[in-house]
Amino acid sequence: MKAKLEEIRARAKEELSKANAVEVIEELRVKYAGKKGELTAILKQMGKLSPEERPVIGQLANEVRAFIENAVETKKAELAEAKLNRQLEEEKIDVTLPSDMSPLGHKHPLSVVLDEIKEIFVGMGFEIVEGPEVEYDYYNFEALNIPKDHPARDTQDTFYITDNIVLRTQTSPVQVRVMEKKKPPIRIISPGRVFRSDAVDATHSPLFHQIEGLVVDKDITFADLKGTLETFIKRLYGDDSVVRFRPHHFPFTEPSAEVDVQCFSCKGKGCRVCKNEGWIEILGCGMVHPKVLENCGIDPEEYSGFALGLGLERVAMRRYGVDDMRLFYENDTRFLSQF
Amino acid sequence: MNLSLRWLKEFVDIGNIAPRDFSEAMTMSGSKVEMFEAEGGQVENILVGRVLDIQKHPDADKLVVCQVNVGDKNVQIVTAATNLKVGDYVPVCMDKSKLYDGTPIKKGKLRGVVSEGMFCSVAELGLTTHDFPYAIQDGIFVLQDDPDLTPVSGMDIKEAVGLTDTKVEFEITSNRPDCFSVIGLAREAAATFDKPLKLHTPEVKMTGRSSKGMIEVKVHEPELCPMYSARIVDNVRVKPSPLWLRERLRAMGVRPINNIVDITNYVMLEYGQPMHAFDLRFIKGGKINVRLANDGEEITTLDGIERKLSTKNLVIADAEKPVAIAGVMGGEYSGIMDDTTTIVFESANFMGSSVRLTAKEHGMRTDSSARYEKGLDPNSCLPALDRACELVQLLDAGDVLDGVIMDDNSDSEPVRIKFNPDWINHFLNTTLTADEMKAILEKIECKIDGEDIVVPTFRPDLQHKADIAEEIARFYGYNVIPSTSIKGGAQGKYSTRQKFDMTITDTLIACGVSEIMTYSFISPKYYNKVMMPEDHALRNSVVISNPLGEDTSIMRTTALPSMLETLARNYNNRNEYAYLFEIAKEYIPTTPDKLPVEKNVLTAGFYGEGVDFFKVKGIAEQVLSRAGVKNFDIKADSAQFGYHPGRCAVLTINDEPLGVIGEIHPKVRENYDIGTRVYCFSLNVDTMFEFAELEKHYSPLPKYPAVTRDLAVICSDDIPVLELEKAITEGAGKYLESVKLFDVYKGKPILPGMKSVAFSLVLRSAEGTLTDEQATSAVNKALKSLKNLGAELRS
Repeated sequence: MKAKLEEIRARAKEELSKANAVEVIEELRVKYAGKKGELTAILKQMGKLSPEERPVIGQLANEVRAFIENAVETKKAELAEAKLNRQLEEEKIDVTLPSDMSPLGHKHPLSVVLDEIKEIFVGMGFEIVEGPEVEYDYYNFEALNIPKDHPARDTQDTFYITDNIVLRTQTSPVQVRVMEKKKPPIRIISPGRVFRSDAVDATHSPLFHQIEGLVVDKDITFADLKGTLETFIKRLYGDDSVVRFRPHHFPFTEPSAEVDVQCFSCKGKGCRVCKNEGWIEILGCGMVHPKVLENCGIDPEEYSGFALGLGLERVAMRRYGVDDMRLFYENDTRFLSQF
Repeated sequence: MNLSLRWLKEFVDIGNIAPRDFSEAMTMSGSKVEMFEAEGGQVENILVGRVLDIQKHPDADKLVVCQVNVGDKNVQIVTAATNLKVGDYVPVCMDKSKLYDGTPIKKGKLRGVVSEGMFCSVAELGLTTHDFPYAIQDGIFVLQDDPDLTPVSGMDIKEAVGLTDTKVEFEITSNRPDCFSVIGLAREAAATFDKPLKLHTPEVKMTGRSSKGMIEVKVHEPELCPMYSARIVDNVRVKPSPLWLRERLRAMGVRPINNIVDITNYVMLEYGQPMHAFDLRFIKGGKINVRLANDGEEITTLDGIERKLSTKNLVIADAEKPVAIAGVMGGEYSGIMDDTTTIVFESANFMGSSVRLTAKEHGMRTDSSARYEKGLDPNSCLPALDRACELVQLLDAGDVLDGVIMDDNSDSEPVRIKFNPDWINHFLNTTLTADEMKAILEKIECKIDGEDIVVPTFRPDLQHKADIAEEIARFYGYNVIPSTSIKGGAQGKYSTRQKFDMTITDTLIACGVSEIMTYSFISPKYYNKVMMPEDHALRNSVVISNPLGEDTSIMRTTALPSMLETLARNYNNRNEYAYLFEIAKEYIPTTPDKLPVEKNVLTAGFYGEGVDFFKVKGIAEQVLSRAGVKNFDIKADSAQFGYHPGRCAVLTINDEPLGVIGEIHPKVRENYDIGTRVYCFSLNVDTMFEFAELEKHYSPLPKYPAVTRDLAVICSDDIPVLELEKAITEGAGKYLESVKLFDVYKGKPILPGMKSVAFSLVLRSAEGTLTDEQATSAVNKALKSLKNLGAELRS
C-alpha cells in the first residue's frame, strides 16, 4: 500500500508537470485527490490494514494528498502567471504615439496678468471696483482737473458720443465715482477697458486696458505712495527689481511721478529693450490733486491720497515678449493656447 | 523740444559734464530727456585740406587729380568735382574715415591713379545749404566761401564748421510752457546743478528816429489778447544770418532762412515767446486790430492755403482784413520778401485755449501755437521784443526805430501761496527746515515775502501748496524721500460678484473653452451680417461721433458679430477647432443725454469635429449649474436672428430672458466665410447673478440603495422631451432622485408623427430601502402625469 501511494505521488507529479491548461490540472486533481479519486480508493482499503500500519499509512496518504493539492495550486498559479505575461506582452503599445488630448481652455494672456496684478493689490488691502465704459465727460475729465479747454485733452485723443458723453480714456472716473459715494479710508484699484482714438498698429490700439489705483485717508504721504508702489513692483517683477521715481505731470495729481524699473536685460547699461535708457517706464502716479478731492466732496485739509495708473497690455507684452499688440485682440487659438 | 547744449551754457555754467550725466540729472529733476545726440553723426577723420594743385587725370576726361595739404602732410585726391580751384579749403575724407551716415571712405584707385580719400559736400556732413547758404548743394563744400569760416589746414572738420554741439531732446509736460525755451531749461539746469542762472537784459540802442504815428495798435478782445506789443525796423537788410546764429538754430532743429526770420525764431527759442514780423507795406491804414474774425472772412496763410474764418478765431487785422491768425500763422503777404523795407515785430500774448481751438479748427499746429496753447507769460513780451531788436542791431539787419507800440491789458499781479513748511514736510514725509525749502524755492525764482511765496509769472502751474510740495520734492530728490507702508488696516477682497464672474470663467476653462477679448465697437453693417431684422431694437446703438473708421463706429448691442469674426479668423487660419468665450459688455442706449445700460454678457462660440448643439448646450448648462442658476426654462425658438430656426433654444428664468443657445444660421456662416457648422450661446451674466443661489448646502450621501426603473412612452413628436421630464419629476414625487433620457425612437412600428421616448428613473428614500410597492407607486404617478401630457406607456 505504501508503494502504491508513492507510485500515485510520482505519477501525479509527472502528469501535473506535463499539464498545460487549467482544465487538465483540474481533471488531474479530481483523478487523484477527488472524492472518487485514486487516493480515496486507496484510503477505503485502510480497514484491511493492521492497527500498527494504519497511522503510518494514514499519515503518508495525507502527505500525498497535501502534495498533490499543493502541486495543483502551484501549477495553476504558474499557468495563470504565464497567461498574464502573454497577455501583457500582447498588449504592448508604442508609448511614443501622439497623445489624445481633450481640449484645454486657456485664460486670455491679458486676464492672466490682470489676475496677478489684482491679487497683489488685494493682498495689500485693496478692493476692486468697476465702472461704466461709456462715461460722462465730467467724470472722465472735469472732475479730474481737466476742464474743456485743457491742453491735456489733446494728448488723450477721445472718442465722443455727445459733447458730454465719451468713451472713457482712463479708468480714473471710477475713482471719482467711488470718492463721491464713499468716505475715506479708500483703497481701491479699478481695472478695465479704456478707449483712445489711436489707429491700430503694433504698439497702439483704440481699445486697451488700464489699472488705476487710489488710496485716500488721513495722513497719506508721498512716502506711502513710494512704499506701496515699490512693493507692488517687486511683487510683479521680483524682489531684485530696482525702482526709481521721476517727476512728471498729470493734471489730477500733484506731485506727480513716473516710475521706472531698471532694464531687466541690461541692468541699466542701456540696450535695445530699454531704448538705450537703462530704465523702463512702468506706471504713472502722484498725490491726488487737492482740487480733485474737493470736486469729489472730500476735504483736502483733512484727507490726502495717492493715485496710480498702468497699462495692462504693456505689462503683458513685456512679460511674454509679445511684440505686437494686435495679437491680443485677434484671438488666434494658436496664440491663446500659449498662455 | 530740442536744446543746444552750447546755447544753454551761455546761461548756466554746467562745465564739461557728459551729456549722459546731464540728461540723467535733468530727467531726475523733472525735465525728461528723451535722447541726446552729438552733432555730426558718425563723421570721423575728415580734415580741412587746402588745394595745392589740380591736374587733369591722364586717363579720364571728367576726373582731376588734386594735391591737398592737410596740415602736416599732403595727400592726393582724385575727384570729379568741378567747383574747385587752387587755394580752396575743403573737407577731406582721409583713408579710413566716415561720413555723417557712417559710410566708410578708404584709400583707392580711380582709373589707375591713387586717391588717398575724397572731398565731400555739406550733405555728406549731415548739413544743408540752409546751414551753409554759401555752399552748393551737390558740389564740394568750399569752406572759405562762407565769410564766417576761417579754415586752417589739418583742422578736424567738425571743429572747423562748428559741428561740436550736442542736441538734447526733452519731453516737456503741458504744465511747463516756460520750459519750451532755452532760458526756461537753463533755469531748471541751474536749479538742478545748483549753479547761478546768468540772464542777459537786452538793450536796444536809441537811434533818434521815432516810430510814433506810423502804426496804431488796438486790442478789441483783451481777454483773448492780454498784451500786444510791437516795434518797427526800417531799412531792413535781408541776408543770411551769421554762422553762430545759424549753428544755434540748427542744433535746435530749426532751419535758418534769413536774418529777420532767423531772429524771430531765435527769440522764440531763447525766450519761448513767439514773434512775428509783418511787412509794413501790407498793413493797410496803419492800423493793427486784434479782433475776432467776422463770419466768413477769409485769409490765405503763409502756407498758401485759403482759410475761411469763424467768429471764434482771433485775428490780427489791418484796417480792412485779417493779416494773421493770432498766435498760429501769418497771412501770405505778411512775410518777409526780398523787397521788404520796413517791418513790424510783433510780440504778443494770446489766451492759450483760444489759440489751441483755432489751431485745431484749421488743422495747423505750428511752433507758435504749440507754445501759446499752454499759456505764456504776458511779462515776457517786452523782453523778447527788445531782444529781437537788439539782435537786429547786432546783425545790422535794419534800423530799429525808437518806441514800443502796445496795448497792455494783462494782470501782472503774481500769484501768492502760503508758505507752510510743516504741511509740506508732513505731506512728503520729509524733515526739511524752512530755510532748506526756501533755498530750493529761490533757485526757481520763487520769493518768500513774509508768510507768502510769491510765484514768478512764468510759472502758471504753481497755484497751490501741493504744487510747492512738488517743487521741493523734485529738487530735494524723489528718490531721497523715504518709502513707507500705508498706516492702518484694510480688508482687501474680491466682491461676491467678482467671485461669481471668476467661477464662470473657471468653469468655461475647465470645459475646454478659451477666453478671448474683442473690441467693444463694431460697424453697423455687422448687424446685417448676423441677419438682425431692420426694425430690431438692437439696431439702435450708441454712436461714436468721431470714430476711427466705420468698422469701429458704434458700440455693440450684441457681442455675437465679434465672436463670429473671431471664429472666422481662426477658421481661415486653419485652426482645427475653436471653443471660445468672452465676458464683455453690450451697450444698450437709453436717452441721448444719459449713459447707456452696460450689460455683462457671456458669449461663447464653437466649431470643430465633435461639436454639436447638445455639446454646446451641455457647456452652457455646466456654467449655469456651477454658477448656482437653477430652475431656468429652455424652449425652442425659431425667431432668433443669426441662429438656425430649427436648432435654437432660448433660456428664461422667472420669465426674464437669460440667454440663447443654438447653431448659427447657414447664411450667417456664409457671411463670415466659415465652411463648417458653428454653435454659439450667450448668457446674460447680470441676470444669472440675480437668480443665482450662491450659498452651497451639503446634502448627506445616501444610506439606502436606489431602485432603478426604466419606462418608455409614446407621444406626439411635437412634445419636447423637457416637458416629459418635467411631467415625470412632478408626478413621481419625493422618491425620484434623477430622471435620465436614454432613447428617442421614431419609425416603425411607431405611427408617423409619434415617437417613443425612454427614461431611466432612479428612486431612493432617505428613510429606508424602498419597497417594490413604493417604487411602483412612484412610477405609476409619473405615468399618470405623462398621460396628462398625452404620453402613453409603450406596451
